[in-house]
Amino acid sequence: MRRSLRVRIGYALRAGMALLAARWRFMDAQQITSFVVSTHQVFSTMLSLTVTAGKPYTCCAVPKFENEVSGIIGMSGDMQGMVVLSFPTSTAKNVIRAFTGMDMEPLSPDFADAVGELVNMISGAAKAKFEGKNVSISCPSVVIGKGHKVAQPSDAVCITIPFDCPAGQFSVEIAIKSAKAAANPTSQHPSSAKAA
Amino acid sequence: MKVMLVDDSKTMRTIQRNILMQLGFKEIEEACDGLDALSKVGPFAPELLLVDWNMPNMDGITFVKTYRAQGGRSPILMVTTEAEKTRVVEAIRAGVNNYVVKPFTPDSLSQRINETLTRAKAA
Repeated sequence: MRRSLRVRIGYALRAGMALLAARWRFMDAQQITSFVVSTHQVFSTMLSLTVTAGKPYTCCAVPKFENEVSGIIGMSGDMQGMVVLSFPTSTAKNVIRAFTGMDMEPLSPDFADAVGELVNMISGAAKAKFEGKNVSISCPSVVIGKGHKVAQPSDAVCITIPFDCPAGQFSVEIAIKSAKAAANPTSQHPSSAKAA
Repeated sequence: MKVMLVDDSKTMRTIQRNILMQLGFKEIEEACDGLDALSKVGPFAPELLLVDWNMPNMDGITFVKTYRAQGGRSPILMVTTEAEKTRVVEAIRAGVNNYVVKPFTPDSLSQRINETLTRAKAA
């Protein structure tokens, strides 16, 4: 990774994630950084796009853009929860064009397939960096619809990492926790997608 | 040479197909999961297989074990997001010959394909 990118990632993340990790014990800063690095890897390797990570924020904050296309992956094992890759439609179309070399409409099955493969690669590459953790990922699901909201598990802290790239803005939402933290939940709710 | 692509993502199969065609492979069959692949390996008789790990219905490791148990001897290149060392070891024990972690560049996949075929010829 180029030094300038490392500096940009470090600047954006240190301030936000150290605070978030200190306040909530479920995720550590290294795990969040793993998603930033894996997102950069996937976009640069498969799409030839350079991404810039912004300062992460909790998912309860007002989002910086409306989610219209979301790829969702579940995590299980030593870490449990979910990862959501979300785009506005315009960004998603640009990203999928860079990924597949073709223009696709969001209602095309191939469009959803491509979004699912992106979140699959990002999650897989990130979990490989969870040292000493045995984590499995699910097959991806994709939600397409204006203004939808992907509800996260209520007992996990959700952090949004905003990204910018030449294709537009997008985000990676992470709501994961260690299995130990999950062993004594007060309540567990499956995630669901809702129209706003 | 006959190559079979086993991946539940059509996008990924298309990317791999394009790379294989650039390398000169023309006979390419696709399967969307392990079960689909098992139904096709007999009639198609692939000489190289590129197999994903996480797939619905039957995952790649189960497919590889079943294919080997049924006497399938063609070289298998696993192409997956599973990058942990423990997973690589598990795949090799199951009968995988070589391993590529997604995301990959066309060059890195091409290199692993050639490496896999060279090793298979030498064996």
